Amino acid sequence: MSLLGGCNLVVMHPAGFVAEQQRNLVLASTGLMLLIIVPVIVCTLFFAWHFRATNEKAIYDPEWHHSTQLEVLIWTAPLLIIIALGALTWIGTHTLDPFRPLTRLDAKRPLPAGVEPLQVEAIAMDWKWLFLYPQYGIATVNDLAVPVDRPVTFKITATDVMNTFYVPTLAGMIYAMPGMETKLHAVVNRSTDSEGRSAHYSGAGFSNMFFKFRGVADKDFDAWVAKAKAEGSDLNQDAYLKLSEPTESEPARYFKSYAQGLYDKIIGLCTRPGQMCVSEMMAIDARGGQGGAEGEENYKRLQYDNHFAREGHEAPGATGPASGTGPHGQTQPEGMKPRPDMGNPDSRGARPEQAQPQPGSETPNGGQVAPKQINE
Amino acid sequence: MFDNVNLQQLIFGRFTIDEIPYHEPILVGTFVGVAVVGLAVLATITYFRFWGPLWRDWVTSIDHKKIGIMYCIFALIMLLRGFADALMMRTQQAIAFGDQQGFLPPHHYDQIFTAHGMIMIFFVAMPFVTGLMNFAVPLQIGARDVAFPFLNNFSFWMTVSGGMLVMVSLFVGEFSRATWLAYPPLSGAAMSPGVGVDYYIWALQIAGIGTTLSGINLIATIVKMRAPGLSMMKLPIFVWSSLCTNILIVAAFPILTAVLVLLSLDRYLGMHFFTNDLGGNSMLYFNLIWIWGHPEVYILILPAFGVFSEVTSTFCGKRLFGYTSMVYALVVITILAYLVWLHHFFTMGSGADVNSFFGITTMIISIPTGAKIFNWMFTMYRGRIRFEVPMMWVVAFIVTFVIGGMTGVLLAVPPADFVLHNSLFLIAHFHNVIIGGVLFGMFAGVTFWFPKAFGFKLDEFWGKMALYLWVSGFYLAFMPLYVLGLMGVTRRMQHFDDPSLQPWFIAAALGALLIAGGIGSQIIMFVVSIRRREELRDLTGDPWGGRTLEWSTSSPPPDYNFAFTPVVHDSDAWWDMKARGFSRPMTGYKPIHMPKNTATGAILAALSFILGFAMVWYIWWLAALSFVAIIGTAIFHTFNYDREYYIPAETVSREEAKRTRELELA
Repeated sequence: MSLLGGCNLVVMHPAGFVAEQQRNLVLASTGLMLLIIVPVIVCTLFFAWHFRATNEKAIYDPEWHHSTQLEVLIWTAPLLIIIALGALTWIGTHTLDPFRPLTRLDAKRPLPAGVEPLQVEAIAMDWKWLFLYPQYGIATVNDLAVPVDRPVTFKITATDVMNTFYVPTLAGMIYAMPGMETKLHAVVNRSTDSEGRSAHYSGAGFSNMFFKFRGVADKDFDAWVAKAKAEGSDLNQDAYLKLSEPTESEPARYFKSYAQGLYDKIIGLCTRPGQMCVSEMMAIDARGGQGGAEGEENYKRLQYDNHFAREGHEAPGATGPASGTGPHGQTQPEGMKPRPDMGNPDSRGARPEQAQPQPGSETPNGGQVAPKQINE
Repeated sequence: MFDNVNLQQLIFGRFTIDEIPYHEPILVGTFVGVAVVGLAVLATITYFRFWGPLWRDWVTSIDHKKIGIMYCIFALIMLLRGFADALMMRTQQAIAFGDQQGFLPPHHYDQIFTAHGMIMIFFVAMPFVTGLMNFAVPLQIGARDVAFPFLNNFSFWMTVSGGMLVMVSLFVGEFSRATWLAYPPLSGAAMSPGVGVDYYIWALQIAGIGTTLSGINLIATIVKMRAPGLSMMKLPIFVWSSLCTNILIVAAFPILTAVLVLLSLDRYLGMHFFTNDLGGNSMLYFNLIWIWGHPEVYILILPAFGVFSEVTSTFCGKRLFGYTSMVYALVVITILAYLVWLHHFFTMGSGADVNSFFGITTMIISIPTGAKIFNWMFTMYRGRIRFEVPMMWVVAFIVTFVIGGMTGVLLAVPPADFVLHNSLFLIAHFHNVIIGGVLFGMFAGVTFWFPKAFGFKLDEFWGKMALYLWVSGFYLAFMPLYVLGLMGVTRRMQHFDDPSLQPWFIAAALGALLIAGGIGSQIIMFVVSIRRREELRDLTGDPWGGRTLEWSTSSPPPDYNFAFTPVVHDSDAWWDMKARGFSRPMTGYKPIHMPKNTATGAILAALSFILGFAMVWYIWWLAALSFVAIIGTAIFHTFNYDREYYIPAETVSREEAKRTRELELA
């Protein structure tokens, strides 16, 4: 165990109440199951050794194949454990439902009355995270700061493909899905400087799709917001469309403001001009649909994915006729940094470009600007 | 309409010479290796004038024993491919830290993990399972073949045809990068426009036809072709597990076919069932694919449970403890297998009620599974255990599998799953049960039935060596992944920043090397055993002191399996016959009615391969042509009335006389 203590088992050392309860549930379930697993392993090994053919002293009873008492035992013992575990599961699943608002700050403190939770809208893009803070009007890329002991309500969605929003120190993961919203309620109980990431494979840039997660004191949080307001640029329509193009290892970035209704447009998949939002389509469907010339017009406005091809961009990992590039493995997908000397003719001779620091971003750290792997 | 016809596109679809990845040194090297080995094999076959026998006795054979053997050989070959992928992944993850990018860029690495998962499940585990069922089930129920022998041959070649399509993707174009279950929208046309996902779809569709048909075939065989007296509650447990598996196959695989058809419609015809356009929804795909995917897990593990039951009672020299509860456990698992699929995506945001329902049903499966483990344990109790190689696999299995089962139940607790889902903990869990359960079971089964199939045992030293290396390699490769999972490390990563993780990945890579040693030992085991076959020869047909009917006939069994259909009075029929002093009837042989070989199955499968390849590359004329040819061949085959023949009584009598001499020698 001292060996394991040396490494950072973040799942076992959470910084937030939700993750802590989940950790406890992991430990309790494991303990319950060890009650039966350990005897099974011990008995198996003992029987295998004791009843070996060379042991003449062991009893040999070739016709012994039934015992009602033992049958009852071997069905009820696991049953009892599963009843206990099932109860634990039912309670745990309901109390730790990510959609359920928090009622406690931690094991000792109930939620004080009148606390307004921090709202964060988390959006998984190709291959970075955009966080909108509607109460403060700021937006950040790959940097998520929340005040200690203040509940946070995340609304989570994605732009193109599925991802998972996962901050191991804060709470368990929940999928980020285009056109849909998931929620997560959590709280961080001590200041922490760790990492969150997408845990669901989302294309070529997936490996570098992590963000900095920080639990900070209230005054530091205010200073952080003020800094974003002072140094950040405006995330208007054009800036957003630029941002939505695939990139990997995106440095942390701040925006002092963002376009009004941006989150609703993202979740409606209608951020580009002229597109019809999903909600609008659903309203039409609810009326019984729309045919004729107008329906045809609507059809074009409902093409959400194919903008890569239509705008002459290559889709993430694109190969094939839509993008006019060949369907072979050495194509460098758009948004990926060139990786030299990997048998890739596209990138041979090309130097890996240093990512240009964006206005308002933190200083690049030796070319590797995205946060490091979790380290406490 | 004909103004802008592009002749090249008309003929070659989207194929151009650039699709051959001659820029990739890894692939060129692989191609050279495959070509050299392939040429060597072809030269050997030609040199020994093997083409005739190969065609007559194997390719066109509808003998269930030969088809079973071919399934297992196919699975072992594909295991080498799937494992090569695993080694590359482990190497990449062991070195790609910080500034080191490793040797696989993401677009190559992503193809490798996709291919690894898909090949290991569909083209290693599935053919292994089907192969053992094909070989052993008819023998165990005292039948002369399966219910539909031609269908059996056809199923096998369709599986091979699908596997070949995956292999071709190595050298022509590329393979899917959208993970082994091809989740949309990533696998949709906009996000993966290349041929990769199409290769994936058509390989699975072609192989899936084979699997479904073989499931129907084995159900019919077990239900209709049991020897007189062999009532359902006297069936060997392996037959029961096969029945349950094939029921699962027949009920689950059509869902896979349907969901892949929907995905193809998305990709080929611009429909939007699962992509974002026009309000498609990928959550539907998740549900559909896992409604197939979870039963699939039990399709793989149940036959392994069956093998363990047979092996345990044989080598303990004792009746299986709790036969009835074993059967009920199998049936309960079969039913529950359909009630748990949602546990693969607790994190998709279903409500707490739904999540707890599926979590608890998942845990309930562990009750019958646990009962089975106890039954094997109590079969060992008061047994006289001979530790031959198959029995050693059983002990390795029980210890390994209960650990994997425990982590599985842990993942079934939704809030625990929230922190462990998609992490390396999950990877460690399912390898723990698939390697420790399915693969160990298949290895036990191959060692157990090999003397029945070929008439000589496998070399014991190399068998044990393989076992030690596989088991230690497994623990070294996957225990670090459990720890890494608790460190919050997720799956499918091509590169890491935190150097403190590296030692764990290096340990895992060393584990993979040990497993490579295990596979190497298995290859040596086959070579050594074939060379020493005279020393290892078994003339009795019953080398292990067997209990079920397959051991009552010669090794290898004659084409007709049993000269006289056995009559069964008790479970463990052969044990019972031996105990009652059964003596073989020596006279009164009659001509035996048997099905005739046919090439139609291989031809249909070859045409399906062409159809799949043409669809992948949009070569529409070829697709249409091969489709018409498939239908034509199938119709033509229905006019083939020359499908059966009689083995003359003299031949039977000669074969049985040979067996009598062998038994005297033994």
